[in-house]
Amino acid sequence: MLKDITIGQYFPGSSLIHRLDPRFKIVMTVIYILMLFTGSRLSCLIVGAVYTVMAVLLSKIPMKMFMKSVKPLMPFLLITALINLFLVGTGATVYKWRFINITEDGINISIFMVIRIVLLIMGSSLLTYTTSPITLTDAIERLLTPLKKLKFPVHELAMMMSIALRFIPTLIEETEKIMSAQKARGAEIDTGSFMTRAKNMAAILVPLFISSFRRADELATAMECRCYHGGEGRTRLRQLRSSPRDYTALAVTIVFYAAAIVIAHI
Amino acid sequence: MAILETQGLTYTYSQGTPFEKTAVDHVDLKIEEGEMVGVMGHTGSGKSTLIQHFNGLLRPTSGKVLLDGRDIWEDKAKIREVRFQVGLVFQYPEYQIFEETVYKDIAFGPKNMGLDDAEIKRRVLATAHDIGLKEELLDRSPFELSGGQKRRVAIAGVMAMEPKVLILDEPTAGLDPAGRDKILSHIKAYHERTKNTTLIVSHSMEDIAGFADKILVMNKAKLFCYDDTEKVFGRAEEISAIGLDVPQVTKVFLELKKRGLDFGKEVYTVGYARDLLIKQLKEREGQ
Amino acid sequence: MDEMIQIRDLHFSYSAGEGETEPAEEVLKGIDLTIKRGEFVAVLGHNGSGKSTLAKHINAILLPTSGKVTVEGIDTADEERIYELRQKAGMVFQNPDNQIVSSIVEEDVAFALENLGVPYEEMRQRVDESLKAVNMYEYRQHSPSQLSGGQKQRIAIAGVIAMQPDCIILDEPTAMLDPQGRREVMATIKQMNEEKGITIVLITHYMDEAAQSGRIVVMDKGRVVLDGAPREVFSHVEQVKSIGLDVPQATELAWELRRAGYEMPEDILTEQECTEAIMELFRS
Repeated sequence: MLKDITIGQYFPGSSLIHRLDPRFKIVMTVIYILMLFTGSRLSCLIVGAVYTVMAVLLSKIPMKMFMKSVKPLMPFLLITALINLFLVGTGATVYKWRFINITEDGINISIFMVIRIVLLIMGSSLLTYTTSPITLTDAIERLLTPLKKLKFPVHELAMMMSIALRFIPTLIEETEKIMSAQKARGAEIDTGSFMTRAKNMAAILVPLFISSFRRADELATAMECRCYHGGEGRTRLRQLRSSPRDYTALAVTIVFYAAAIVIAHI
Repeated sequence: MAILETQGLTYTYSQGTPFEKTAVDHVDLKIEEGEMVGVMGHTGSGKSTLIQHFNGLLRPTSGKVLLDGRDIWEDKAKIREVRFQVGLVFQYPEYQIFEETVYKDIAFGPKNMGLDDAEIKRRVLATAHDIGLKEELLDRSPFELSGGQKRRVAIAGVMAMEPKVLILDEPTAGLDPAGRDKILSHIKAYHERTKNTTLIVSHSMEDIAGFADKILVMNKAKLFCYDDTEKVFGRAEEISAIGLDVPQVTKVFLELKKRGLDFGKEVYTVGYARDLLIKQLKEREGQ
Repeated sequence: MDEMIQIRDLHFSYSAGEGETEPAEEVLKGIDLTIKRGEFVAVLGHNGSGKSTLAKHINAILLPTSGKVTVEGIDTADEERIYELRQKAGMVFQNPDNQIVSSIVEEDVAFALENLGVPYEEMRQRVDESLKAVNMYEYRQHSPSQLSGGQKQRIAIAGVIAMQPDCIILDEPTAMLDPQGRREVMATIKQMNEEKGITIVLITHYMDEAAQSGRIVVMDKGRVVLDGAPREVFSHVEQVKSIGLDVPQATELAWELRRAGYEMPEDILTEQECTEAIMELFRS
């Protein structure tokens, strides 16, 4: 049950999008977000929509998966749509009943907002679907390297992130074990009153915390034994190499962005 | 009458996905009341999955588990009762300790059973004695204890539920020889006092050879054999072939047999081997 | 230089906590030990005998309260040379899960090399060689969570070998493994010793593992009580058993028969030797 949770929702593959340099993918995602925010008319989103569909097709990940990523946010989308529908008062009135005043602008903005959010989710999902969490962490570390000069702990954050990713499966397995052990002692975790359940949560969380601290302590010693001393002077086995393919993809993205700007200003 | 019985017990993980794997495959088994059973098999043989069916932590994909002749899944609401009757001690049980005192941690199971304070106290004291924990330790924090003591606290926590069947999954894992002998002797003493059915899972034939009445061997999700200890050791070569360790002294006697010295007995402890050899040597001298 | 590790009059106690006036009891009470290049030494002792504490002194995780430890002439107390020391004396720990840093096998093997700033081309080569040496090359892209305990320990060993150490200290590397995993790890350790000539210090409480080494150092209550070849050490059956350790069953059976007045050699270790000696008894 707990094992079924996929972290980062990475779908291994070898499509064009999978093979792009993760640093470029992050930069392109940022440009893509900017692209979606160039204008406030529906027509401005056409460029973004075309770009998204193209990228999704190239990634060879079924459209269904993207719909799945949008699903949990449906309530949020609905509320956004309704707020805009009811609160936007400008433009010609389409429907009026007592204090409710729905205008043409309201309808347009609602649709616009919903599409923009859906595209945002799809675009960022594409990044996490095609890039493993560890690669993503690595790329972020390298993109943020200039910040090291400002004493921002880039390496430390990335190391913490990658250790967290490394230990997620271990801790999930451990949690399952402890849950079974406490169930065998009659602890009710799925049933029972709120109070007994809260008490029984302690029976799971206390051992989990203790073991996590022990693990952290042992890991720190093991890292020291392997000469870890922070990010200074470190070399890396994982080489991120950009190829003409990455530059082409970036250029295409910039062209789309430019198109979006042009449309927004017509 | 058999206290635990399985009929065609089968369990398949992640059924319907590409990761589908049958961990227990049509196991038929009868464990008689009061027996001490050693459960063996290497990692992935299905032995851990099998024992988790005995107290209803896992539900069979097909087949049945009978406790005292009744299907434990007959009434799903009563599965918690089954867990009190079949106590399961997991591997490295010290990692499940969470209360502030040893006493409270041992009392956790009995408390969940809804017993009154006087009964809980009686049980905690009795099991602490069985497992060799001194009374003055009961008010201490379990986290101050040594590794071996912590493990005994955790085992006591399950024993205190006074289950009809006690199952211990590798109770000696990671312990040094002295710690291992201590735990095993306490489990033996508990078994002798309560006469409760006890199952010990172990990788080491040496550990269980000394006192198990019967040995159950799992291999590749199937029941390889379930028989009297002596008979199982009679198949030492087959057991060795499926990757389990056979005691060195058993290997010595297998070799002796090959070279023409057959004593007609299965040997699996040093003490027995010594007595047998001395007896045979004396007989020869007498002739 | 023939001496790999030199330990001279090593004393160690954990410093007393605040407010405690009594000094904590010494964990190591004067250890003198010399380990030669290429040796395979097993340090055998029960929990609390001080064997793990001793191991942690060899690569400066712990520093002596008094006395001196040197590895290839480097004093472990010399802070300037600590990375050089740790590169020469690598360490493998008991819990395979708590020493793997990366979510990808080959990156974990590279971890020490990344820290030491080894250039990419050389790193790539050393990582591949190390993975091949422990027979885990085909798993290089796997996540450690997909591996068995024995495989994880072999990855940890590969991570140490990649540093090209002169010596590997293994602190109960098999305690959490099943028999299959134990066999894999022991085979790997022996191979490293025999083929690469790496000095091995194996901390263990399993006598059958110690029996595979070239020399056993038995520890009890912070002291070295026996030191010699496995045959010689296990021939002290009574002493070994009295400090809570096992001897091989073959050795024990021979000892029992000898006690009962039968003629059995004192240095029996393997089942073949035991079988032969018993056959001899029945022949005469």
